[in-house]
Order: sequence, then C-alpha cells, then structure tokens
Amino acid sequence: MAMLEVENIHSYYGNIHALKGVSLTVDEGEIVTLIGANGAGKSTTLRTITGILKPRDGRVQLDGEDLSHYKPHEIVYKGIAMVPEGRHVFARLTVSENLDMGAYSRNSKQEIADDLERMFTLFPRLKERRSQVAGTLSGGEQQMLSTARALMAHPRILLMDEPSMGLAPVLVEAIFDTIKQINKEGTTILLVEQNALMALSVANRGYVLQTGEIVLNDTVDKLKKDPTVQKAYLGME
Amino acid sequence: MQTQTPSPWKQATRYGLIGGAVAILMSLVGMVATFGQRYIVSGIFTMGQVMFLTPILIFAYMTIRRTAPQPINKVILLGALSGLSTSGVMAALVLTGQFLNLRAMFPNASPELYGILTFNQESALGLLLLLGTGLVIGGIAGGIYLLSPRMRSTLLQATTWVVLVGLLRDLIVTVSYRWGFLGNAVKALFAISGLTPLSAVILFILVGAVQYWRLERKQSAASRPTTNQKPYTRWLKLGGSALILILLPPVLGIFFSEILDNVGMYILMGLGLNIVVGFAGLLDLGYVAFFAIGAYTMGVLTSPELGFFSLTYWEALPFAMLACVLAGIFLGLPVLKMRGDYLAIVTLGFGEIVRLLALSDWLRPWLGGTQGIQRIAQPRIGDFLLNTQQELYYLFLIGIGIVAFIAWRLKDSRIGRAWMALREDEDVAMAMGINHVSTKLMAFAVGALFSGVAGTIFAAKLTSVYPHSMNFLVSINVLCLIIIGGMGSIPGVFVGSLVLIASPDLLREFAEFRYLAYGALLVAMMLTKPEGLWPEARRKLELHEDEFDSGQEPLMAMGNPDGR
Ligand SMILES: Nc1ncnc2c1ncn2[C@@H]1O[C@H](COP(=O)(O)OP(=O)(O)O)[C@@H](O)[C@H]1O
Ligand SMILES: [Mg+2]
Repeated sequence: MAMLEVENIHSYYGNIHALKGVSLTVDEGEIVTLIGANGAGKSTTLRTITGILKPRDGRVQLDGEDLSHYKPHEIVYKGIAMVPEGRHVFARLTVSENLDMGAYSRNSKQEIADDLERMFTLFPRLKERRSQVAGTLSGGEQQMLSTARALMAHPRILLMDEPSMGLAPVLVEAIFDTIKQINKEGTTILLVEQNALMALSVANRGYVLQTGEIVLNDTVDKLKKDPTVQKAYLGME
Repeated sequence: MQTQTPSPWKQATRYGLIGGAVAILMSLVGMVATFGQRYIVSGIFTMGQVMFLTPILIFAYMTIRRTAPQPINKVILLGALSGLSTSGVMAALVLTGQFLNLRAMFPNASPELYGILTFNQESALGLLLLLGTGLVIGGIAGGIYLLSPRMRSTLLQATTWVVLVGLLRDLIVTVSYRWGFLGNAVKALFAISGLTPLSAVILFILVGAVQYWRLERKQSAASRPTTNQKPYTRWLKLGGSALILILLPPVLGIFFSEILDNVGMYILMGLGLNIVVGFAGLLDLGYVAFFAIGAYTMGVLTSPELGFFSLTYWEALPFAMLACVLAGIFLGLPVLKMRGDYLAIVTLGFGEIVRLLALSDWLRPWLGGTQGIQRIAQPRIGDFLLNTQQELYYLFLIGIGIVAFIAWRLKDSRIGRAWMALREDEDVAMAMGINHVSTKLMAFAVGALFSGVAGTIFAAKLTSVYPHSMNFLVSINVLCLIIIGGMGSIPGVFVGSLVLIASPDLLREFAEFRYLAYGALLVAMMLTKPEGLWPEARRKLELHEDEFDSGQEPLMAMGNPDGR
C-alpha cells in the first residue's frame, strides 16, 4: 500500500473545475514529482491534499486512512507538511521564531531541540541569521527557511510547491541538493515543479499534469525520454 | 559655488513659515488664549506664551539640524531667520486681525489672543516685540544646537520640569495640604498662579544639576564593563515600587485617586485589547461593547431597583465574566473569516448595537433605557465596603496585577505563539497545525473578559451605569493608548494609559483639546517613533532592521514579493 494515495479527486473554485479526476500515489521513502505548466492545477492538488480545499469527489488517503474528515490543521498532526508556493515566511518574526512556529504541532522539547540542530546543520545560513527578521532574508534564504520550518513539524511526507521559483540557477541547484539530502534522511517528498529538468533529475517517479488532468505517469528515466515531455517541458525539439 | 540642495536661507524661511502655521493653528483653536492666564513663573511668563513660543524654538532647531553642518555664526543667523519667519507669520495674523474681523470665522481670534501675542503692548511696539522675540528665540535655538549633548539634555530637562511644575501648581498645592508642615513648605514655593521667580530658578538649577550628574554617571558606566545587577537590588526596586503604588491614594488624596482609578480602568481595557489587536492582530473597534456588557451585567444582577436579583458584587462577578466571555465568542464566530478593514467595520457595528440596545425602550424593563441602572452593589471584603475612590483604587490595583500577569504568561505560551502566527499569516499558520477558529475565539474571549472586569469595577465605582458612557470614543481611546504605548507591548499599555488618560485629567483646560492633542500625538508618533513609547522588543528590532538594510542590500527586500 502506498503511503499517500490520491484517488480521482475533483476540486473546484466556485464553478471553475480545477482538478478533473487526479490520481497519484507516493510510496514511503520516494521523491515523486508533479510537473506541469502554469495553471495546470499543481498547487490545487497540494491544497486538496492538505485539506485547505475540499474535493467534491474522490479522496486522499494517508496509510489507508481517509483524510476527508480532517481540518487543515489536523492534517499537519497526521504527518503532512507543506512548503507553500512563494515561500510565505512569517516576515516580521525572526528566523528562530519561524522555526519554532514550524514545531507548533509537536510537544517533546528535546526532539524539537534536536531537530533544530539538524536544521542548522542542513542550512548553516539559517544558523548565522537565526535572530534576523525573516522578511529581510534574501529569496534563497527565505526558501531555506520555509523548507526548514516545514521540516520542523517532523512530517512523514513533505509537500513542496515550486521551491525553485524565482531563484538564481546556483541557488536552484543548492535547493535540489538539499531536497535529496532531506529524502536521504528519511522524509518522503512530493515535489511540485515547473522546472522539469531539475525535478526529473532528483525524483524517482513523476506525473505530468495538464489542465487538471494527469496525462503521463512513469519513472523519471522514461519521462525524460518521452517526446511530449521533451518538447513541452524540457525545451527540446 | 552652486549646489543642488536649496540654499540654507531658503530652508530656514520655509521651516520658519511652517512653524508659523503651527503657531497660528494653536492660536486659532484657542489653546494659546485658554492658557493665557496660567502663569508658569508668576508675573513673568504664562503657559499661553510657552504654547506659541515653543514652535519658534522647535522649528528653528529643526532648520539648523537640517542645514547642518554650518559655521557657528551662520548657525545662529539661520536660527534667527527661521524664528523671525515664524514670528512674522504671527505678526501677520495680529495685523490682519486689526483690520479684519476674523472672529466671524475663528471665534478664538479674540483681542485677548492678540494681547498675548503682542505681550500686551500697543500695536507697533507689540508687533516689534513679537518679531524681536522670534529673532532672539531663533538665535537661542542656534546656541542650543552648539552646546554639548549633555548640556542640551540638562537644559531641556530643567525647562520641562519648571513648566510642568508651574503648570500643575494648583494640583500640587491642593495635594500638599494633606502633608501638614511639609505642605506649608511646598506652598511657599508657589505664587497665586505658577511658581515664584525665585523657586523657578532654584528648581531649574536643581533639576539641571541632577540631570547633569546623572549623565556623567551614565557616561562613565558605559565606559566601564557592565556588572550584573545583584538580585537583591532587583527585589528592593520591586518592593519599593509596590510600596509606592500602595501608598499613592492616602498620600495624593481623592482628586488624584479619581484620576488613578480612571487610568486603572483604561489599563485593564488596554491589556485586553492589546491581546486582540496587539497579539492576534484582529482590529476590534467595538471593544467598548464588552465593557458595557460587564458593567450592565453587574448592574442587572446586583441592583435591587430592577427587582430581579440583588446579588453582592463578588457573587455577580463570575456571571459578569462569563457573560463577557460568551459575548466575545458570539462576536468572534461571525467574523472568523474577516480580516483587516472588514473586521474593523463589523466590530464597530457590534459596539454600536450594544449601546443602542442598552438605550432602547424595548429593553428598558431590564436595562433601564436612558435612565440606566442605579444602586449597583459595591464590593465588600469582610465587613469593609470598598466605596471611595481611594479604596476602589486597590481593587483596580489587584485587578491589574492579576490581568497583567495573565497577559504576560499568555504572551509566551503556546496560544501566544499561535496568535502571533495568525497575526502574521493566517494561511501559513494553519499549515503549521494552528486551529485558527479556536485561536481567534480565544483572543476575543480573553480580550472581552478583561474589558468586562473593567466594566464591573466601573459600575461599582459609580454605583450606576448609563448607555451614554458606552460611547464609541472609549474604544478609540483604548486603541490609541495601545498604539502610543506600542502594539503588543504590555508595559506600553501602562505608559499609553498614563500619557493619554492621566494628562487630560490632570490639566482640565487641556481636556477641551483632548482629541486634537491625540491626533497630533499620533501623527508625531508615526513619523518619529512608530514602534510606540515602550515598544515590544520584536517590533523595535524589526523597525530598526529596516533602517539598517535599506540601501545596503536592495535585493533582500525584492526577494520577498509577498512579505506583507
Ligand atoms: N483562488 C482561486 N480562485 C479561482 N481560481 C483559482 C484559484 N486558484 C487557482 N485557480 C485556478 O485554478 C487553476 C489551477 O491553478 P493552480 O493550481 O494554482 O495552478 P499551478 O499551481 O499549476 O500553476 C488555474 O486555472 C487557476 O486560474
Ligand atoms: Mg502553483
């Protein structure tokens, strides 16, 4: 049984039918990527998984448990954390306070302290800037903070919404290295990206989303060779 | 040599003219004339003169700071020019007033005002005196600028003290009657109005000397490595302040106790609203509603006049508190989804609805309509009835102690962190596992509770409540004191209440200009010290970080397109 199972979800914004029967699975320990153009419905998929948006049809299961009755904040306690699109750090709080806030759903002080140390080894930049107000960090640093904050919830599965958005190429590479590192340390990852080249280079499997529907679904090696993917997402002719 | 910046002479004239506009404003709203008879130093100068001479000094000083650095004699000349411009504007007002009847439009443009502005001299001589004074004061501003910071601060402190003590002469003399022999000594310092010239000089020198010495100590302390404060000095300080707080009412007497009670009431409300607005970021403009609900519940439950119940204060208190908590939740539920301005409007409406209900004929049998409720019970401890201002002061003191402690603990608690997250970004807060419904309702409920407690003591103090005390302006006052003190800062609530509530009460003449002064104060604060008088550590950090970073690393600011 897959760890996260999204079954045929239909999500709407008012009358707009944004997801038309999306299904995907993520197994424990995997990095799965969901790629697609702007407006394809990637963020909507993540929003539906985290319960911010309720699907009209279909369901989301974690370890076989149906999540549809849980409120967004309860789903965090189930072990799903998200790094939102556009980062969204708490701009007026310090780096440490942001990280603290990420651990809101946890109780054990010792474990939280251990995780904080882990975050600071993973992102040494954040350690240097721990008492700086988050709004004054650079874009890349904010992305690190947003990721670290989500990890502070000690999730079983981490959802990441376009972590490379608006970052310089060097930083993009750094972020993807970290993603691999986080995964190696035991966190399952569902990675939403427009940057298909990078996403396919770190993931195990991938899904291609087009106007609310999954059109392709395969291992990354096969996807990289797929002519439609090459043409539409990898910019090859 | 031609430079890009405007010539300093031009700037001096410009600042001087702005100062003139301020001085005219203060004259025409009546502030100058109102204080025209209030001597600071008997027979020498009045508060009215202070009011129109201060703008000259301030704007001349500003001119010099903006045009700095300049050679010494130019500094004096620039100050003088600025001062001359300011007094010139005022002279123009006086001249116009002699040919035109301005009173039709400005009722305060009276001969009395002109008299004050021209030092009660005949027209030509008076005008010359006015212009000359402007010139001299402007020049003095230049002189002040050239002094060492330490000397400057000494002068400022000493002058402020003389003006304050002179201004508060009546109060000080009244209070000192209670002190027997000491009182007579105090009385001898004062004239019929204001200080005697001799005591003014003594006070000036005394305060100046103390300030000068303190700055000396501070300087040497800064150069030495700081030693940690010993724990017992801390306890000594704490015990000392507690003792002073306890001794205040008997020492100061009934008039001050009344003011202190009033301040205490606003501190209680401020602590509550600070949780809603400062901690949780929910802008509530109808906060008086909970105060009203607390007061009215106390009234309904304890007044024998209505004939429902006649509980004691202490029996009714838990019910009043419960009613407020429920009202807080009741208001919170429909506005859960609202943010910012929408929330402000809805809460504003809620406040008005509560007031109108209290006023309505429909609820008259229960709430008394316009007549309000009389004969409300006062708290009794054992055989002792707390019914005077001085005794009720202690009730406020205990109430504030408890409430401030709770607020302080809440701030660093789990719920405090949840409020902070919610204030910053509601969606992300939810993604952290924060239940936004219960968190928001908790803020409304706690805020309502604190305000309700203030309401019950208010009702007990007056033994009556009327709908017209539940005015919208109460909410505005509380909000202003939080902003002035510093959003989200608990000590800020105390400072804000003292500044906004105590000062108009201390100076009755000032009460007339209360909201004008609030407005001016708010604008001045936002321009110079937006974090408040006693800011929360975080706010200070964040506002000053801005200053450091802007210019240094522009990319940083751009990296955060959705920062606020
Ligand atoms: N809050 C919203 N209200 C209405 N329509 C929305 C909203 N958010 C997204 N949409 C629409 O839903 C579709 C999918 O959007 P989204 O999931 O954000 O795309 P992606 O993340 O793949 O760029 C788009 O057509 C978008 O216009
Ligand atoms: Mg998106």
